Amino acid sequence: MLQTKIHNLILKNPVMTASGTFGYGEEFADFIDLNRLGGIIVKGTTGERRQGNPYPRMAETPSGMLNAVGLQNVGVETFCNEVYHRIKDLDTNIIVNVSGSSIEEYCKTASMIDALDRIPAIELNISCPNVKKGGMGFGTNPDMAAQVVSEVRKVYHKTLIVKLTPNVTSVVDIAKAVENAGADSVSLINTLLGMAIDVEKQRPYLSTITGGLSGPAVKPVAVRMVWQVAHAVKIPVIGLGGITCAADALEFLMAGAKAVQVGTANFIDPAVTMKIIDGLEEYCRRHGISDINEIIGII
Amino acid sequence: MRKQITDFTIVEKQVFNETYFTLKLQHPGILPEIKAGQFVEVEVPGNKQVVLRRPISIHDVDTDNNTITLLIQVVGKGTKTLSNMKEGDTINMVYPLGHGFSLEGEKVLLVGGGAGIAPLLHLSKCLNLKGIHPVILLGGRTKSLIPIQKEFEPYGQVCFATEDGSLGEKGLVTQHSMFSRDYDHIYTCGPTPMMKAVARHALDKGIECEVSLENMMACGIGACLCCVVDSDQGHKCVCKEGPVFNAKQLTNWINNK
Ligand SMILES: Cc1cc2nc3c(=O)[nH]c(=O)nc-3n(C[C@H](O)[C@H](O)[C@H](O)COP(=O)(O)OP(=O)(O)OC[C@H]3O[C@@H](n4cnc5c(N)ncnc54)[C@H](O)[C@@H]3O)c2cc1C
Ligand SMILES: Cc1cc2nc3c(=O)[nH]c(=O)nc-3n(C[C@H](O)[C@H](O)[C@H](O)COP(=O)(O)O)c2cc1C
Ligand code: FES
Repeated sequence: MLQTKIHNLILKNPVMTASGTFGYGEEFADFIDLNRLGGIIVKGTTGERRQGNPYPRMAETPSGMLNAVGLQNVGVETFCNEVYHRIKDLDTNIIVNVSGSSIEEYCKTASMIDALDRIPAIELNISCPNVKKGGMGFGTNPDMAAQVVSEVRKVYHKTLIVKLTPNVTSVVDIAKAVENAGADSVSLINTLLGMAIDVEKQRPYLSTITGGLSGPAVKPVAVRMVWQVAHAVKIPVIGLGGITCAADALEFLMAGAKAVQVGTANFIDPAVTMKIIDGLEEYCRRHGISDINEIIGII
Repeated sequence: MRKQITDFTIVEKQVFNETYFTLKLQHPGILPEIKAGQFVEVEVPGNKQVVLRRPISIHDVDTDNNTITLLIQVVGKGTKTLSNMKEGDTINMVYPLGHGFSLEGEKVLLVGGGAGIAPLLHLSKCLNLKGIHPVILLGGRTKSLIPIQKEFEPYGQVCFATEDGSLGEKGLVTQHSMFSRDYDHIYTCGPTPMMKAVARHALDKGIECEVSLENMMACGIGACLCCVVDSDQGHKCVCKEGPVFNAKQLTNWINNK
């Protein structure tokens, strides 16, 4: 009833977890059955180990939060040699979010992940607002976005998802550019660039001054962008941004997303993904829907 | 220890003043083992301004009655909302989180300040079970900001330091006459400048010292990497690898103003 497809990937249901909000999945094993998920997008992984930005890295804002983690991760080698072996036997799609500061770095990481049997896809993060060099730089310019995607395409042979930033004038232009460059799917949105100031201490909450906004506050922006992109490209779209319940996920599906990702909501309720899957089943039963694909893109 | 998400019921609320209150919370079944220094992530119901859970130390544990107690200081919107909750209300918590204190040492000193006093009660009790009776030094600006006093008495030698002299000796905890006695292990939780001063003293004297950090958190379970401390081995998650750290791992942090 809930099965969907993203390029060659079969998802048990459309509910995946968003990169950077779900660790490597293991952190949630006490709370949920990870094998019930449609997929897990693990932490942003770079060519070398990264320390990330200094503390403080987060601030709560109305209906959301700002973060400035800055891609702290163990690096692709440790991922392949250690982390991969701990998680590879999970019965779900494990997708690695590949981040970087240069085309060479993206290609190095992508080709190393290509060799891992149990990783059927990567999500190319050309949209991180929290690193000084590269990151969002690639995702805000259609030519640069196309260039990085076509280079990675040469070394990566499985499903290539490209994650888009909302911090652009026309997300549709970027989506089309990466589609033409060989992307198999696009996911959106990454965080919105934001800022908050502690007026008592008279300084910004984040060590980096600005950071990425996520959570329920961003959902209407995300739904709008997913709807625009879904109407403009032929490749499948994955929608995310502020999803906390089945009704939120349904908005994205109706707007044209073939699957969704849940991010910040995992912090609020570590078991939220299971409730969303249950809620989607319940919705389908209540509306006499035998295949979730019937409602995808109906708007 | 397996982490859980559980609805607890408030069975007792004690209000000390505008700033401090405690909530005694009943587990619906059998409470799992809780180590001294572990914490909970509390959902704050009924305030749309608060989306994330709030990390709070486990102040006291009663395994016979399956209750835990939290000692909370009102500092902002989340803790204010919690202070308005009543006996009979339910609170959803993710717990037990983090690594606790080691319970090591023979001549032991506990140093607490402000809401950092919270984890020290369960710690005192756990130390007693190992036959250790610590010196418990509690500090604050003034008497009313040291909400929990008598509760500690059965578990060690309790002494106080207040900046205005309204309770115990006048001055900071590090100026207290009991502070520089001969100890082999110090445990501390409280305001950052206090913990740094205590840890610096311990490192200088070669005393083992464990500090319990209170960094801002989003997930509390090691998934978001928001809560890191700049340890000597790089950024470490306070929620998962802490909140308790041996001071020897934190010389960067201790010496950084
Ligand atoms: C492991 C751990 C254990 C803790 N144990 C206790 C406890 O037992 N009792 C207790 O009262 N508090 C404890 N705290 C601190 C408590 O989590 C914060 O005071 C609380 O989250 C503030 O929420 P708020 O919505 O009231 O404040 P907000 O409205 O979010 O913020 C108000 C002000 O408080 C500051 N603030 C918010 N969170 C923190 C924090 N974590 N540390 C320092 N300043 C903060 C903000 O910068 C802001 O200036 C603990 C924190 C951690 C990480
Ligand atoms: C703490 C945190 C860390 C994140 N790290 C990454 C990352 O490494 N790579 C990435 O592509 N997106 C990252 N994101 C963005 C999320 O994957 C997601 O796009 C965004 O948060 C919007 O979804 P949400 O509102 O459901 O959280 C991060 C978000 C948060 C809150
Ligand atoms: S609060 Fe999320 S990793 Fe510590």
